[in-house]
Amino acid sequence: MAEAINEAIRHEMRRNKDIVLLGQDIGAYGGSFGVYKGLYDEFGPDRVRDGPLCEASTAGWGVGLAISGMPTIVEIEFLDFLTLASDAICNQAAKMRYFFGGQVSVPLILRAPIVNRLGLGAQHSQSLEAWMMHTPGLHVIVPSNAADAKGLLIAAIRDGNPTVFIEHVRLYAAKMPVEEEDHPIPLGKLRVAREGTDATIATYSGMVKPSLEAAAKLAAEGIECEVLDLRTLAPLDREGICASVRKTGRLIVAHEAVKTAGAGAEIAQSAMEGAFDYLQAPIQRVAARDLPIPTGKLQDSVFPGAADVEAAVRTAMA
Amino acid sequence: MTTEPELKTLLGWYGQMWTIRYFEDNAIASFRQGLFTGSTHPCIGQEAIAVGAAAALEPADQVLATYRGHGHAIAKGLEPRSLMAELLCKETGCCGGRGGSMHLCGVDKGFMGTNAIVAAHIPIAAGVALANQLKRNGRVVVVFFGDGATCEGAFFETLNMAVLWKIPLVLVCENNGFAISVPTRTAIPIENISQRADGFGLPGVTVDGNDPALVHGAVAEAVARARRGEGPTLIECKTVRWERHSAISAGKYANEEEAMKWKKADPIPRLEKVLLARGATEAQLQALREKAKAVNDEALAFAIASESPKPATVGDFVYA
Repeated sequence: MAEAINEAIRHEMRRNKDIVLLGQDIGAYGGSFGVYKGLYDEFGPDRVRDGPLCEASTAGWGVGLAISGMPTIVEIEFLDFLTLASDAICNQAAKMRYFFGGQVSVPLILRAPIVNRLGLGAQHSQSLEAWMMHTPGLHVIVPSNAADAKGLLIAAIRDGNPTVFIEHVRLYAAKMPVEEEDHPIPLGKLRVAREGTDATIATYSGMVKPSLEAAAKLAAEGIECEVLDLRTLAPLDREGICASVRKTGRLIVAHEAVKTAGAGAEIAQSAMEGAFDYLQAPIQRVAARDLPIPTGKLQDSVFPGAADVEAAVRTAMA
Repeated sequence: MTTEPELKTLLGWYGQMWTIRYFEDNAIASFRQGLFTGSTHPCIGQEAIAVGAAAALEPADQVLATYRGHGHAIAKGLEPRSLMAELLCKETGCCGGRGGSMHLCGVDKGFMGTNAIVAAHIPIAAGVALANQLKRNGRVVVVFFGDGATCEGAFFETLNMAVLWKIPLVLVCENNGFAISVPTRTAIPIENISQRADGFGLPGVTVDGNDPALVHGAVAEAVARARRGEGPTLIECKTVRWERHSAISAGKYANEEEAMKWKKADPIPRLEKVLLARGATEAQLQALREKAKAVNDEALAFAIASESPKPATVGDFVYA
């Protein structure tokens, strides 16, 4: 996935000479997770601006560049550090076009990875996507694989709106064939990762793979799950979720973020509003426990896995 | 490099300062009459800074300011009628009635907006300046902020990066003596905010912010420096805020007497004295005052007569 994101950025920077990258460690070093490899050499220090560590102002500078017609990609090294930049994102980027009556656009992408299950503890392991969903004016993108990451990032850059693009450290090394050519993926359209008739598993990012594993195991027993990879949380493909629930009659929502007020609650409510009459069982939520994330082995007691998804499907089927 | 401005120039500034003064008078009166809700943050007593600084800019140069930014918008060339209509949340307002008193913008005039989060616009202004540097378009950005903003992290972070990358940015601090209720001296342990510049490696100067010629001189020098590619300058303009922090702010100043004595420092009569000494006539000054009043009265009438935005348009302008 890291390579696919690199290709997407390179592709767009070649296509649009105004695009600028801002952040720390993005120069010759190539980014903390290697996403920026070679970009500094190709585009130089003007467009690949390796800067000091100051997320709040870096994001603010990004807003300034963006409203000046220079689409900007800001690197946030861990999703947890988005909190430092939250004013620039939530009070500035998300609202500026609105309160200035459409006089400016804010083509700003904040790229940030979820870095969980590595034992880095409470300040380096969070999934904060729901915080961002709660701010009108932002797009929130959560790819689960390399091909989607490339297509969604290209689409987000061209879309020209403030976007939080949430990657996943566990997926960076995952390999798969990726479109060479210009292949933007529309924002707000989920992908059916596996078709099924008995239950819908709506998920994204790092929980897509465990959900597919659970679905494969259940299929051996004749329980056919439909796995939805949501791809984007804002805009959220509510109709796509409801269409699947109307077909299967059951919904399981799975994410690595903590449960309370997580994206799963919004996804579940979408089904309640749009497909209530089709539901045959209460909606199940699979999520991290409502705790700060511990280090070491204890973290395994917090995060959900394929077995939790499987158990939730069985509960819904009972 | 400061040269005494020509009489004609000073007369223009005098007219502009009255335009801002009358605008703010109308803003406060309109708020008290219930013509708009929310609040408003007048810059009465601080007009010389906006006027003197804007006069040092080319039309294509850009300005960002704070919620106390009506004066900067006028000085940068926005029409009082579109601003007053915005305060009254009308569809003819500069932002279509979405922004109100604290969110004014006029991109076609280089006025890149006012901001309601203290210091948050300082990094944004720096980003606009960086865009100018990258586009090599020769434009300079002036960002106005108060003394309170210089205690925020965004200010310090941006100073560091702005000097590092030598961006064409002029930072103008309007030190009006108070952050809401807190006197500057109980929040900032140094005599002059411009001293902050020393640690970041940029020039820092303090000027009397109630003298538009002194403000103009300092800003002109900083703009020239920025245009030469030599980077940012921090200018502290000492001034005073007459009104409460905002029209809805409660309470009195800790030292009301101290706050009010500053009224004597009113920049308008000060400039008037200079003008009369330089040979302007009372009739000239009166004509400028009357024109400024007429423009603002017309602006207020226009704003009152304008329509509110249609409810069906409430969702417009969120996404590009």
